[in-house]
Amino acid sequence: MTGKFMLSRRDLLKTSAAGAALGLASAAFPMRAARAAAATVGFIYVGPKDDYGYNQAHAEGAASLKGVEGISIVEEENVPETVDVQKTMESMINLDGASLIFPTSFGYFDPHMLAMCAKFPDVQFRHCGGMWNKDKHPMNAGSYFGYIGMGQYLNGVVAGHTTKSKKLGFVAAKPIPQVLLNINSFLLGARSVDPAITCQVIFTGEWSLAVKEAEATNALIDQGADVVTCHVDSPKVVVETAAGRGAFICGYHANQSPLAPEKYLTGAEWNWAKVYKMFIDDLIAGKPLPNFTRGGLADGFVKMSPLGPAVGEAARKQFDATLAEMMKGGFSVIKGPLKSNKGAVVATEGQAFVETAIELESMDYLVEGVVGSTA
Amino acid sequence: METTDIGLWGVPLAMLGGAIRVSTPFIFVSLGEAITERSGRINLGLEGTLVFGAMSAYAVAVMTGSPWLGLLAAALAGLCFGLFHGWICKFPKVNDIAIGIALMLFGTGLAFFFGKPFIQPSAPDLPAIPFGAWSDIPQVQAALNVNVLFLIGAALAVFLWWAFRNTRIGLMVRVVGDSADAARAMGLNPNTVRLLATGVGGALAGIGGAYLSLYYPGSWTERISSGQGLMAVALVIFARWNPLGCFAAALLFGGAGALGPALQSVGVTEGYYLFYAAPYILTLIIMIATSSRSRTLAGAPGELSITK
Repeated sequence: MTGKFMLSRRDLLKTSAAGAALGLASAAFPMRAARAAAATVGFIYVGPKDDYGYNQAHAEGAASLKGVEGISIVEEENVPETVDVQKTMESMINLDGASLIFPTSFGYFDPHMLAMCAKFPDVQFRHCGGMWNKDKHPMNAGSYFGYIGMGQYLNGVVAGHTTKSKKLGFVAAKPIPQVLLNINSFLLGARSVDPAITCQVIFTGEWSLAVKEAEATNALIDQGADVVTCHVDSPKVVVETAAGRGAFICGYHANQSPLAPEKYLTGAEWNWAKVYKMFIDDLIAGKPLPNFTRGGLADGFVKMSPLGPAVGEAARKQFDATLAEMMKGGFSVIKGPLKSNKGAVVATEGQAFVETAIELESMDYLVEGVVGSTA
Repeated sequence: METTDIGLWGVPLAMLGGAIRVSTPFIFVSLGEAITERSGRINLGLEGTLVFGAMSAYAVAVMTGSPWLGLLAAALAGLCFGLFHGWICKFPKVNDIAIGIALMLFGTGLAFFFGKPFIQPSAPDLPAIPFGAWSDIPQVQAALNVNVLFLIGAALAVFLWWAFRNTRIGLMVRVVGDSADAARAMGLNPNTVRLLATGVGGALAGIGGAYLSLYYPGSWTERISSGQGLMAVALVIFARWNPLGCFAAALLFGGAGALGPALQSVGVTEGYYLFYAAPYILTLIIMIATSSRSRTLAGAPGELSITK
């Protein structure tokens, strides 16, 4: 391995900066150094912090920690899911003294975050969406996520009441388990209203491709979809394009109703402030951080946007009833008898997967009624 | 909303609509680059100019409420970037490709820096002309909603094609691009011609950016361009420095880009990654088919640093 002996640009900067910081910090900023010792928490985003979507939801969660005594926040946005994120983590640890890092994008986990876990065993890493496994992964790693599929089910309930063409549209980024669960939940929610409804899905192949997302939305509406939702990093383009074509929208990640107040039905939103607060409370109390954290609507990890003006009375009623059912816990979206759209049985009669079921996090199928393919 | 079931007709319709919707930034950037390269310089920085144009157009449109002022701002910003490139490159031993890459990074970085406060607000859109009003099928109406910038781009391609052959200015640009010595013998200053050609090229790229943020997809985010400026620069070589070729190549890329989503929407869902690669595969095929063993890069200006 020649790489070992090469001094990278980042390492060079780090070494010289660390040297400078050592001298400076002790002399000029003794207070700051003392506070940094309390705890510095790093947040890494794959896109801009104010994208009306995934990254904004996390950044709002991070922003809610800013007043907490003894905690300082460092953030970096637009970090690609490449070796770049390793450099960002190294610099947060070495330069900012971060002791807890939240790399928030799916592709950061393996191999990037795991490599850093091995290199810095004293630093805690908690990843959003990844599958932490006690047997496979180190103890200073971990993952957290919310059961937002429930929110997409509620989106589907409202969409099922609103659609006239009985065709829904879904603009999806990549066929990973979380995305597939959202697509399936959206359709099953709609089918709880009318079993004849179908949902067309288009995969764009990337988390953020503005032009392709607009093309996908147009193509769905050309084929008759009249309610559209999505799972991409920034739903702004999908929401604006669909509203411009006269279709209704169910939101995702954050509340997009300001973009299309008349056409926005409801939306499944993250409530990361709650999750980050839990971690920080444990950190301050000196308790070990949980390695595997999950929660849904009932736990406050996920919330719904207020219903829009286009939502009818029947939709409102079923929405409220379903939400109340979910708040009790133990609600199952995936329950038998259920087949995939390739005809394979995914749940037999009487079989039900509650939201916490671990099987759902390795989902690799689209259910019957979804028009689309996972590859 | 009323809909008509158009079934498989959706694919050709989406490709037509996609060609019109997606191609406009390609048209402007590639025409701008064609002017610059015909004068003997390569400006790789147009990706940065495109992103900066998108940001400045959106910002000015948000602040003034007028998309046309936004368009003007984008063109002016592009002009400045182009003139800056042209000015630096006049110094001896300066490599235009290296400066272009530097300006690409500078332009995108500066656009991110100034663009932060404008990601959230909504700006007014540039108007479109409903050429599909004759049809009562909503999908056709949507596909034939043609933005004015597309029409201007098409007219500009024809005009440039004519102007390169038939006007004094066109001849000046071509002479400077083919032989700086011959140009000097004619009493022309190659640096001045190239400065202006790069400036005009930058202004056109800025307009291409304004189309992205003010019409389609119609919002400002840091990921708005996804490399379209770089692809447009490559299109110029693909089009053999011919403005009409640039227009055709831009349409081809726009239409091919719409193929992936359109096929999925009619139920051809297997192998979409392959369909997304369609524009690039098409480029490779055409490049191979039109290449020749006996001559290199027909139509290339003699002074370009890649042909020298």
